[in-house]
Formats: sequence, C-alpha cells, structure tokens
Amino acid sequence: MTRHVVAKARDIAPGSSQIVEVGGREIGVFNVAGDYYALANRCPHAGADLCKGFITGLALSDGPNKYRLERKGEFLRCPFHGWEFEIRTGQSWCDPKSMRVRQFKVDVAPGETLVKGPYVAESFPVKVEEEYIVIDI
Amino acid sequence: MNAPLRAQKASQTLMIVDCDIHPIQRSAKDLYPYLSKAWQEHIESFGAHVRQGMTEQIMWPRMMASGQRADAYPPQGGPPGSDYDLMKRQHLDPNGVEFGMLVALSKGGMEERNQPFARALSSAVNDWQLHDWVERDARLRAGIVVTGEDPEHAVAEIEKRAGDRRFAQVIISPRSSEPIGRRRYWPIFAAAERAGLPIGLHPAAVPGGNPSSGAGWPTYYMQEHHTFTTGSQAAAVSLVMEGVFEQFPKLRIAMIESGFSWAPALGWRMDRIWERMRKETPHIKRPPSEYMREHFWFATQPMEEPENPQDIIQMFDWIGWDHIMFSTDYPHWDFDDPRQVIKVRLTDEQREKIFRANAKALYQLS
Amino acid sequence: MKLPLEGAIDCDVHLSVPNVATLLPYMSDYWSDQLVTRYIDRAGFNLTSYPPRSPLTVRDDWRAAPGRPTGLAALQADVLDPGRLSGAICHTMHGAMALFNEDMGAEFCKAINAWVAKEWLDREPRLRASILVHAQNPALAVEEIERCAADKRFVAVLLPVMGDSPLGRRIYWPIYEACERHGLSLAVHAGSTYRNPPTAAGWPSYQSEDYMLQSSAFENLIVGFLAEGVFQKFPGLKLVCMESGFTWMPTFLWRTSKTWRGVRTEVPWLDRVPAEIIREHVRLTLQPVDAPRDPKILNKIFEQIACDDMIVYSSDYPHGHFDGDNGLPEGLSPELLRKIAIDNPRAAFPRLATVDAPDTKETV
Repeated sequence: MTRHVVAKARDIAPGSSQIVEVGGREIGVFNVAGDYYALANRCPHAGADLCKGFITGLALSDGPNKYRLERKGEFLRCPFHGWEFEIRTGQSWCDPKSMRVRQFKVDVAPGETLVKGPYVAESFPVKVEEEYIVIDI
Repeated sequence: MNAPLRAQKASQTLMIVDCDIHPIQRSAKDLYPYLSKAWQEHIESFGAHVRQGMTEQIMWPRMMASGQRADAYPPQGGPPGSDYDLMKRQHLDPNGVEFGMLVALSKGGMEERNQPFARALSSAVNDWQLHDWVERDARLRAGIVVTGEDPEHAVAEIEKRAGDRRFAQVIISPRSSEPIGRRRYWPIFAAAERAGLPIGLHPAAVPGGNPSSGAGWPTYYMQEHHTFTTGSQAAAVSLVMEGVFEQFPKLRIAMIESGFSWAPALGWRMDRIWERMRKETPHIKRPPSEYMREHFWFATQPMEEPENPQDIIQMFDWIGWDHIMFSTDYPHWDFDDPRQVIKVRLTDEQREKIFRANAKALYQLS
Repeated sequence: MKLPLEGAIDCDVHLSVPNVATLLPYMSDYWSDQLVTRYIDRAGFNLTSYPPRSPLTVRDDWRAAPGRPTGLAALQADVLDPGRLSGAICHTMHGAMALFNEDMGAEFCKAINAWVAKEWLDREPRLRASILVHAQNPALAVEEIERCAADKRFVAVLLPVMGDSPLGRRIYWPIYEACERHGLSLAVHAGSTYRNPPTAAGWPSYQSEDYMLQSSAFENLIVGFLAEGVFQKFPGLKLVCMESGFTWMPTFLWRTSKTWRGVRTEVPWLDRVPAEIIREHVRLTLQPVDAPRDPKILNKIFEQIACDDMIVYSSDYPHGHFDGDNGLPEGLSPELLRKIAIDNPRAAFPRLATVDAPDTKETV
C-alpha cells in the first residue's frame, strides 16, 4: 500500500469533488460537509465515469404526491442511468446489498508531516503550511 | 481521462457495429444548407407543428440531463450528439466502432404535421447526414429518414437514395398515426424491399397522435418509458398480422431501441391466439412467431438485466443468435457500454455475431 | 390436462346477460321507461372486445344448441361439476361498461349486480361474483360498491383494463379505497371500452390483434399502478389481472425493475424494487395460457416468475382457449398445481373464505 498525495484539501470545498489520477486509476474525491471520501470513477452497473455525475440529495416520500429532498450533498447520481450511490459508503441506494462503488481510504494530512514521507506525490509540490488529501492504495 | 486507457483495451479485444447512434443538429440552422430559402423562412416564422401539447420539447421530462448522457454535452454548447469531434473522441474511437448506424430522430420523420414541410425536412435531414457525418467519417452509415405519414414522398426519397451504400436502411417510427403494418404504409415496404434495404423501426419521442398506453396518456415518464416496449409489440403484431411478410417476403425489420425480450412471449401468445382465430386472417399462412423469427432483427439497447443473469442466454436462444445486434444509443442516458453490457460469458462465436457479424450481414456492411 | 384435484376455485367464469329485458325488473321506473320507449332494450350491448360470434368469446361446443343446458345448468354441467370445483367467481363483462351516459351506465351496473345475486348466487352456493361498476364516474362506482359490499358473495370489483384513463390515476383511487375497506379484490379484466385506440399507433385492423395486445395493456396497467403509488397508498389491495396471459411477466419484472433504478426519483414513494411489489400485490389468471405446449418452456417461465403465489386458476368459461376439459397445461408439479387451483385463489380473493374448503383428495 502506498500513500498518494492527490490534492490540496482547500481545493475541494464542501459539496464539491475533484477527479484525480492515481497510478493510472481515476478516483473521485468528495467533500461531504467537511469530510472527505474517495470513490472509483467507474459505475459498478455499466462502467460510466460515475464521479462526473450529479452530487445531490436523496428524494424521499411519505406516500404518493408527497415529495422531499433530504441529506443534500450526500449522494451521487450516475451520469448515464441515474443510479444513486451514497458517497459515504459507496453503496447503491436501490441495491445496497449487491452493488457498491469501490472506495479508497482517504486522509487529510498537514504538509508538515507529509514532507517527511514516505509518500508518492502525484503532481504537485507539497508545502509545509498546506493540508493535503492523501489516498492509500 | 479513462477514455484512452479503455480505448487501447477495446481495440485490442473487439471491434463493434453500433446499431443505434443519434446525431442531432446544433439547431435547425444546420439544415439550412439543404433547405430552400422559403423553408428556412418557414422555420424562422412558424417552426415545427406536432401532435402534442408542447413544441420543441418532449412531454414527459426525462430523468438524467434531459435524457442524455450528462458527459455528452459538447463544451462549446449544443445538444449531445451535435458535435462530431466529441462523438469520435468519446464513443467511436474508444469503443472500437467499426461501423455506426445513424438514427437521426426528430425533424423530418413522422412528427411534422405540415406535409410539404415534412417532405422538405426529410430530404434535408438525409443530405445533412451525408455531408455533416458520413462524409467526415467513413465508419458511419446514414438511415434514410422518411415521412412515414406521406408514403408517396417516402418512396421518392428511398428511390433517390437507393444504391448509395452510405445509406444502410430506411428509418420510420412505430409510433405512427395508424398501426405500422396497415396498407397505407405498404408502398414504403415495397420500396425498401426493391432497394434491398432493411426498415429500421425506432420509436420517436414525439407521438403520432395516439395515446401511448392503450388506455390513455400516462402520468409519469416511468410509464411513458414502458410504452416504448408495448408500442413496439403493437408494431410487431401489426406487421405480422396484416400480412406484410406474405406480401414482401424479402423485407427485413430492425427493431431499434424497442427492447427484445418481449419477443419470445409475444410470439407464443400470437401463435396460440392465431390457432383459435386464424379464419379471421386467412392471409397468414404460418404461425405468427415464424414470421417474427425470420423477419425481425433486434438491437440490444436497452439491454435486459434478468434477475438470473444466465437468463439472457435463454432469451437469445429463443430469439435466435443471428438476429441480435449490439447497440449503444449514444449519446442518450441509457447508453449501453459494449464492455459492460453482457454480464455472462459468451462464446467467441456468439460474441462475434452479436457485436459485429449480424449487423454486417443485415446491413451489408463492408 | 384435467384438474387432478377436488376443490379448485375457478377465478374467471363469464356470465352473459341474455338480453336487456332480463334486467328491466331490476331497474327503476324511470330507466325502465327510457330503455323501452327508446328501444334501447332491443340492443345487444355486446362489447367490441368480445364479439359474440368470435371463437374466442364462446367455444363452439359451449354455444347454445338444441339439447344443451342453458344458464346456470350449463355452467354446472360444463364447469362446476366436471371440475369438482368448490367455487367459481363470475364476471359479467357487459356493453354498459362502454356507455358514455354514466347515469345509465350506473343503472345498468346496479341491475346486473342485482340480477347476478338473484339468478346465480342465490341458486348455486358455489358461485361468487365481482361487482360491475361504471368506471367513468368513480363516485357512482363507489356508490355501487357500497350498495353491494354487505353481500359477502361479492368478492371483487370488476373494471376493464382499458377505459377512459390509465387505471392507476388518482381519479380512480376512491374505488380502490372502497375495495380495501371492504376486503374486495380488484379484478381488472382484458377488454377495452375503446375510449382510446388500443395501441400507441392507433387502431389495429383485426380482432386477433386487439386480443394479442391485451397483455401490453396489462403491462401498462401495472406500470401505472407502480408509478402512481397505488400499492403504497392501498397496501391491502389485491390486483388480479383477468385473462391477461402470463408469459410476458418475467421480462416485465426485469424491465420495470431496471427502469426503476433510473427513474426512482420521479416517483420516490416507490420505495422497493418493482419486482418485489408485483410479486406481493399482483395476481394473474391461468387462462389463456399463452405459452407453447412444451412443458420445459412453461416451467422455465414459472421459474422466472419465481413466485408460486402469482397464478390463480381460471377456465375463462365460456371463452375458447382449450379443448374438452383440458384446462390445465401439461407438466406443472403437483405442488404448483395445488397452489394455483386452491391456495392462490383464496389468497387473491380474501372473501372466498366463506367458500367451503375442500377435502383435497388427490386423484389420478
């Protein structure tokens, strides 16, 4: 397992995401209300670039004609078929038992600790005063 | 980008024929080079006149990004499917498309009520497919979009294009004003048979004027989506029971974006009812399912996803392995990826048939 | 094959009103006067969906003929006795369903339901019936349900699968509310009042085509019930599709379940995969068996339906789908046959609890 520094933490604001490449693999890094999550940019259903989908909430209902949207920013809707995945767990909302997006371990680390290594910096220099997103693969 | 990595893999493993690709105009202005000044002015002053409550949009708003792949919107604007470079970069190259069958929905098919205008649009869309698409990329094949409700012009348009190998089929919508097997449409079938061209039946999103469910108009897109399947079953029943294949024994029908797994059950059902009712249709000489097996080819998208994945093999067995053709529906939201679409193991021969050989044989692609 | 066991329940038996004059005693003075003076009583009221001379509508050897019993005696001789049935549910698909005058339609329904009770249910304890309602005006339909519901021999409410509007729509919900409240099942039967062309491309030429495409109408019916949330709103409602065929069900389950994953947010009350909801709430009658005669294929279809509760036995008498008394397809397991013939009908129509349970002696 190698630690990859993939982005500056402050470049991914709450509610947003960034697609990064780690060892030839595309990974979406999401900031959900201050917590970071990393998901493979590949829909387990049909192979779409999942992390290019919509970051949104969960449409729920108390019965016909009753609509509400909850948990805004916690779900990802695939840009092809619209299947919904929970960003925190990678689980499909419709098929939680059998369908899940691959997740990666993600940390926020101060530049101070990172400059000491060991890590693989992918694309940019690490500065002591910044915080960085680190993915273990 | 994932695309280059995948492209490499795809070109090493499989070339495909994609039987359903949707090109579209950035705006009606793309058709102006192929329309008279008078029709250009008609577009500016009046626009389309259709059989539904709103113009220039579909009545059941789609789910994802207006029914398109959200990643297929050209960065410089225009609808998905309007930018050749993006289509090439996003689909044709990375997915190993050896031949791509264009299905130019909207503008010129069945939906325009003004018949002189529909005639002009039909010819213009066909010219546009050639000049803006096929001449830019020899992998693409046009489909002759005809005015289904105006068979006289449809025949003229087929005859005008017949012999030009860049046109591989005749495109009509099964959501016609009358069931598609009825005699008013027979001149189209006769012309297609004479020209050696299959008929590509692809449902148009704009209806032919009839409520889509048999019991009136649906409320939700979820329901309207399903009527593509039931509407295609109605088209199959009509073509068979009107005796179209007795009259035109060489006619071949490609069912595109119509589903396919309904076909075996519908064939069985038709056979059982025909046994009891056959005196009503003396022109039907054989069990209806036999006509279906011989005359229909099915494009796979949207791929069926059975609860037991192996049942897809059963479906192909029942329909016939020579009659299944892969399609993606690019750039629409329910796009099927050739690498992902079949979840079970196929033999090399089965794979070759579905992804390439069947379509090449049907459309005489080389 | 013949029914191999005693005590089956035939969920789809058709009654035919001989003529309008039969109904006049059950109508108010006003309507009786209207029908007689306008010569409406001379009209046949045959539905276009069931043309009276079609080989599908009445099997040749079940037609009236010299020496053959008629009415109840025919039903007993043709179906109840040879099948050793413990019960049969009668449905009266009548042309009045298609009338535009909803007051006249409602009066016909009231008269027909009264006629069914007096001329059939009172005379044969094994019979049960559905309540005929005129669906164009749901308020009038509910009135008729309320009038009949106290009579426990009515076990369902009858609607044609194609009417003014898709049946899942909220305008019809008062009917389903009444069904649920009274423990009545909803029997939706093949056929159309032809308020709409039966296909998305208009009017087919042949009666055969209309009949072949009934299954499509049932597909759209169920999708509508799912999308509109009928089963969420009325969790106790049982939908029984009458004369729908069933070989289309496996791919229909797959298709609606796949579609749901992409359109769920449009109908967020649909909180479970459609296949599960359908298997819980929807039942289909056996006849017409729209499968090939190869038992291997038939069993494959049942395996794919993957729900032994779904199919309920029916002969569809006197419609013509099979010869002799071979109302069961070959090759089904005895366990499945027992469910289809006895257990499933009783579960699909809870009011059948008042029908005597059979001694279930297997016979060879």
